[in-house]
Amino acid sequence: MYVPGRLRELIRTIRTARTQAEEREMIQKECAAIRSSFREEDNTYRCRNVAKLLYMHMLGYPAHFGQLECLKLIASQKFTDKRIGYLGAMLLLDERQDVHLLMTNCIKNDLNHSTQYVQGLALCTLGCMGSSEMCRDLAGEVEKLLKTSNSYLRKKAALCAVHVIRKVPELMEMFLPATKNLLNEKNHGVLHTSVVLLTEMCERSPDMLAHFRKLVPQLVRILKNLIMSGYSPEHDVSGISDPFLQVRILRLLRILGRNDDDSSEAMNDILAQVATNTETSKNVGNAILYETVLTIMDIKSESGLRVLAINILGRFLLNNDKNIRYVALTSLLKTVQTDHNAVQRHRSTIVDCLKDLDVSIKRRAMELSFALVNGNNVRGMMKELLYFLDSCEPEFKADCASGIFLAAEKYAPSKRWHIDTIMRVLTTAGSYVRDDAVPNLIQLITNSVEMHAYTVQRLYKAILGDYSQQPLVQVASWCIGEYGDLLVSGQCEEEEPIQVTEDEVLDILESILISNMSASVTRGYALTAIMKLSTRFTCTVNRIKKVVSIYGSSIDVELQQRAVEYNALFKKYDHMRPALLERMPVMEKVTTNGPTEIVQTNGETEPAVLETKPPPSGLQPAGGSMLNLQKSLCLDVMEMTSVMLRMVSRFCKSPDHYFFSAGIPSITAYNKNGLKIDFTFERSNTNPSVTVITIQASNSTELDMTDFVFQAAVPKTFQLQLLSPSSSVIPAFNSGTITQVIKVLNPQKVSDSENS
Amino acid sequence: TVRVSWPCGGCSGRLRQQTWKIHFILLFSRQGKLRLQKWYTTLPDKEKKKIVREIVQIILARHQKTSSFVDWKDLKLVYKRYASLYFCCAIEDQDNELLTLEVVHRYVELLDRYFGNVCELDIIFNFEKAYFILDEFIIGGEVQDTSKRSAVKAIEDSDMLQEVRLRKTKGKHLIFLHLPCLTGA
Repeated sequence: MYVPGRLRELIRTIRTARTQAEEREMIQKECAAIRSSFREEDNTYRCRNVAKLLYMHMLGYPAHFGQLECLKLIASQKFTDKRIGYLGAMLLLDERQDVHLLMTNCIKNDLNHSTQYVQGLALCTLGCMGSSEMCRDLAGEVEKLLKTSNSYLRKKAALCAVHVIRKVPELMEMFLPATKNLLNEKNHGVLHTSVVLLTEMCERSPDMLAHFRKLVPQLVRILKNLIMSGYSPEHDVSGISDPFLQVRILRLLRILGRNDDDSSEAMNDILAQVATNTETSKNVGNAILYETVLTIMDIKSESGLRVLAINILGRFLLNNDKNIRYVALTSLLKTVQTDHNAVQRHRSTIVDCLKDLDVSIKRRAMELSFALVNGNNVRGMMKELLYFLDSCEPEFKADCASGIFLAAEKYAPSKRWHIDTIMRVLTTAGSYVRDDAVPNLIQLITNSVEMHAYTVQRLYKAILGDYSQQPLVQVASWCIGEYGDLLVSGQCEEEEPIQVTEDEVLDILESILISNMSASVTRGYALTAIMKLSTRFTCTVNRIKKVVSIYGSSIDVELQQRAVEYNALFKKYDHMRPALLERMPVMEKVTTNGPTEIVQTNGETEPAVLETKPPPSGLQPAGGSMLNLQKSLCLDVMEMTSVMLRMVSRFCKSPDHYFFSAGIPSITAYNKNGLKIDFTFERSNTNPSVTVITIQASNSTELDMTDFVFQAAVPKTFQLQLLSPSSSVIPAFNSGTITQVIKVLNPQKVSDSENS
Repeated sequence: TVRVSWPCGGCSGRLRQQTWKIHFILLFSRQGKLRLQKWYTTLPDKEKKKIVREIVQIILARHQKTSSFVDWKDLKLVYKRYASLYFCCAIEDQDNELLTLEVVHRYVELLDRYFGNVCELDIIFNFEKAYFILDEFIIGGEVQDTSKRSAVKAIEDSDMLQEVRLRKTKGKHLIFLHLPCLTGA
């Protein structure tokens, strides 16, 4: 009889394979043997075979044919079988396979087994991978075990309960009674898992949170005992007693103390004690301090305690251990808004962290630095951040550049400094600057009227040597186009004006146009700049005309269109040219506001506004306030328009369809909140491609609807004509209607999709 | 890549529903060979393989002088090398990284206590024991016992349970083997 080889032998054999192919061959052979062994329903060696299968699975080979075998092992009475069976289930099965449900009954039996280690296996498996269905079926068993006096099982049941709650939150209530005495336990395992369970319940339910607040004194006591107690070899880590439990208690206290003055007060002393007495020479002490700081910052702690916390973070920053520094920066980032001044004190240390080797530390230091920039320190901080921009990894450059622009805009001490800073960013990290920065910068430059000459000069010098950085070149081209006259006339006040001729300027712009490195957008900027210079330069207008006419046959469609239009400007509309190309005025910052809703239909956007006047005070219309009515009307316009278009397209699509003779039946396109709009359709007598839609709007509310305006949009292939409405007021109580005629033309009679 | 949240919203790190569990644990060699994988979330096999490949690559590429923490998607990887094995834990963004280092260290201590001067070969040849020990230490991504002794004791007791049952079935064979000796042959 073939006796399957042992697991260790298989492992040894596979490790002797010298190539991937050799390994694969061995594995395939073994898998085949295992498969036939499974087919023979061999009970004796099933365990060994599954164990081997699990090893091969870890190497990356498929093992799904062992899933059912795991279930058979779990059902076996042998402990060895169960051990491997449950392990296999956890490795090979999950809730996505229906087969996993077959485990439920076995687990249920094992949860009630006489041997605690079997019960332990079942609890562990349920707690690691139990699906929602399994959890629902077995929650009762778990709850029972949560009340057992066997601490080995109790701690596992607690974590199992946590998993059940995570999978099926509604079942949380049933575990409430069992939590009554959990914290009275002496066993650390049970204590720890109980705190985890309580934490989970409090995080998920405000009611539970309120209910468990009364535990604060007990938690404080337990924590105190841990700190004050003598050396306990079982739970000691570098002189600290059970740091895992300490941290979890601190976390639960955090959740309980949040937004609650009394609880926060009750834990004040213990927090101060932990913060001052914890040994900081090893990582474990710092782990506790870290959690303490997080708790202090999150609850309603008194200011003394908060300062203590920030100082701990400050000390962390100076620690040699990188992990500690990392953690400090993360926490400071969280508190910088609320405790800004306290964090400012550590600014220089934070800035030093910009030079750290670790990428995560650098990123946090950068974010924190930006958060700390204010009117007082902006010059110094920007210097450091610009230096950082120069030397940092590419992954940071875009964010850093954006950050510098934002900070400069907020805190620039002078316009000159602002322009210089922008220049520095553009020249240092010009290719990493985000696309949206370019229009912002252009606006900024336009609005700094007295700096125009200086700016254009600096930009010109910057691109003379190198015009590969697109955002820089775009901004520079635009400026040269606008202020080229200042450039050639040498009007700069801020620095030594340079001598440059009109031809030299055109040289550089033409180089940009020709260069392979220039993006299409950049070329567009350059061409427009050249065109603008035709009104600012005096001697080179002919050259400009020539350049423009050349690009009239460019393969780039965008450039071609521009060139053709500019050509036309030269030829037919030369009298308009100076006015069209004159200096840009100071731009308003664009803000979005107003009640306008944009209705999008097939790529066309038309604002569709239904305005209603607010009711006179004291009068409340039935069915909600006017403001809600307005909002809901706006949102429903989209719905209505799409309905209308669908009807129209169907009509236009099939002139020979029976609809043609019967006509489209009228529809109620909209009927909500008292406003009803009906559509009636007919074909135009003069032109069969035109559909005439008559809309009738009526109002059943108690108030007149005034300033009623109906607008609509159609797909690009259609044409729309809105005739004047009969009125702009829909009287209340259905006592009258507004009528409006809309004509829709479908010129090609092409069928549009039903969804238009 | 990390999302840049600037300016910081001033939150104290609180999300609406915070879980602090470990998402998965990976053990792998310096050549990138997987020695143990424990997942506490449900993912398709293909996805798991992809994640393992990605993370192994990231961590093996890390410079020695960097911190033990890597931002990865919306999680944090906490890793530490012990001799020839990397231990990697994926935790939630808001979790306590320093404590997770202690969790990793505790697991190594448990392995050491069970195997006696544990080395990578122990874990290769006895991978199922490594899983059993882990399952006595962590359930559902949460630590279940903080005592160094009891987790190992539970495994040793379980091993005994296996032995006893095994000896019971092997007993017949032992008697059979004795017989030839009795005849003096």
